Amino acid sequence: MKAGVQKMAAEPVLEAKDVVKELGQGAAKVVALKGVSLSLIPGELTLLMGPSGSGKTTLLSILGCILSSTSGSVEIRGVPITGLSPEELAEVRRKNLGFIFQSYNLFPTLSALENVRIALDVRGETGYPAAARAEEVLRDVGLSNRMRNYPGNLSGGEQQRVAVARAIVTSPAIVLADEPTAALDSENGHAVMALLSRIAKEQNRSVLAVTHDPRTLSYADRVIKIEDGLIVGEDRRPPGIDGPHITDLTKRRKAHA
Amino acid sequence: MITGNIDQAQGDLWITTFGAKSFEDGGILLTPRERHQALATQGVANVIPLVVAFAEWRKPGGGSSRVVVVGADAEDGGLAPWNLVQGTWEDIKAPEGIGIDRTYFSELGIGGMGATAQIAQGRVRVRALTDGVRSFTQSPYAFTTLNRARSLLGVEGERATFYLVQTEPGANPELIRDELRQRLESAEVLTKAEFRDRSLKQWLFRTGAGIALIGGALLGILVGTVIVAQTLYSSTKDHLNEFATLRALGSSSGYIHKVILTQAGLSAVFGYLLGMAIAILIVAASQGSALPIVMTPALAFGLFVLTLFMCAISALSAIVKVTKIDPATVFSR
Repeated sequence: MKAGVQKMAAEPVLEAKDVVKELGQGAAKVVALKGVSLSLIPGELTLLMGPSGSGKTTLLSILGCILSSTSGSVEIRGVPITGLSPEELAEVRRKNLGFIFQSYNLFPTLSALENVRIALDVRGETGYPAAARAEEVLRDVGLSNRMRNYPGNLSGGEQQRVAVARAIVTSPAIVLADEPTAALDSENGHAVMALLSRIAKEQNRSVLAVTHDPRTLSYADRVIKIEDGLIVGEDRRPPGIDGPHITDLTKRRKAHA
Repeated sequence: MITGNIDQAQGDLWITTFGAKSFEDGGILLTPRERHQALATQGVANVIPLVVAFAEWRKPGGGSSRVVVVGADAEDGGLAPWNLVQGTWEDIKAPEGIGIDRTYFSELGIGGMGATAQIAQGRVRVRALTDGVRSFTQSPYAFTTLNRARSLLGVEGERATFYLVQTEPGANPELIRDELRQRLESAEVLTKAEFRDRSLKQWLFRTGAGIALIGGALLGILVGTVIVAQTLYSSTKDHLNEFATLRALGSSSGYIHKVILTQAGLSAVFGYLLGMAIAILIVAASQGSALPIVMTPALAFGLFVLTLFMCAISALSAIVKVTKIDPATVFSR
């Protein structure tokens, strides 16, 4: 494991500027994002919080190169992704991003090891090195004795840890998580958040998690609050402070009028 | 089976009347003049007359059927009944003698060797039996001597349905064919391969039986393709979330297509193995029947390639479905 880095000095790995997203057409048109700007830096676990319908998942989809924005720009490691074709976006995802989903989205007919390997297979990495790499990551998330189990035989917490392993096995610069603790009990929720925090710090990745769950606050280096398609507040853990700190969003600001 | 007699005949060229459609349907008769002209052609070693025609078979117990009378003298070295399992050519030469295949007793209303019946204008007696000499037309072949065939069918003089031309060793049959075409203005001259091809096309593409056979095969291909397509489509539809996850993980379209085509390939292999196992049983069961099914290694390989192709085509609908997946659905589960 690498040592943590000085976050404030690091270059952003993802930068979004004035992102607007309109959904639907005509009378049914909804402006889901009204000009959102944010950046993610390595070594930080960022939480994106907000009520239902605030635009969290839409923003996550755009940052994850799954949706295209209506206007504004997104750069991943300095490369603009605006206007890229679906195939080019898939390549950006493959090379830079790892995803963790609320419902885990594991393949039920594949074992834990195979579920992790498939992320490597998609990149064309096969054979013994891929298997060894997948085993290494599963051990790292505490599943060394569950590798051959199928998702149906794993607990929710174990399934989410397999999903985390799948997200990081390709060593992506950015890990995006959608409600990673929503389907977990308190103990497993804390375990998964601790894991994500460790991944951010020890592996120097940028982790962005969309969540409603107040239990996750204590693991965050930074919390961004979004409402009605606008970022309305941000709080950051002061440097050098460990353990639970962020308990409230005190620095509210309007991102855009 | 369709061209068994042509394949068995020992000749390089076939002289037929114009428009002869097949071995069984040779049309009007050739005269001895064509034979003499052919014999006078350089490079021709022998010209063997054959008389072949459909004829009515009157069953001993009443009723009638049809047979194809094949009249040739085995001593000429042109065409003789093959796969004889009972009786000999000498027996067929005996009075009223004919040879038939043993799978047709029921069809011809007889009990076996020694049975008598009437073909067209004369009485015949079964004096020899063949095995596996089946007819695509469902009218059994009745082998007999040239003169007896002429007598049964009422063929005048030395006329014949075909002349089978044997060329001299080292001669080029195609050059002789061209020479004979020049000489024989009232007849057609075909190489063995050409006549074989014509007979095959006649029965497969110009008759109800052939069209039904090919139509059945095409229908099988169509139904198979649709069933596999439906299976793959519904399987893909059932797993759209998994395909969406694959897309979200960054898989290319090519990777997704590979997954679906692999499924199609597996369907092809398992379907083929199952189908071939059933086919082998049917082939084995049909061997004693009047219409045996033949499965050669080349045909089996061809069917495998066809099955793979069918399954690949079947995968198209599933591929189109997956192409329309919105990977954003992974966040809405």
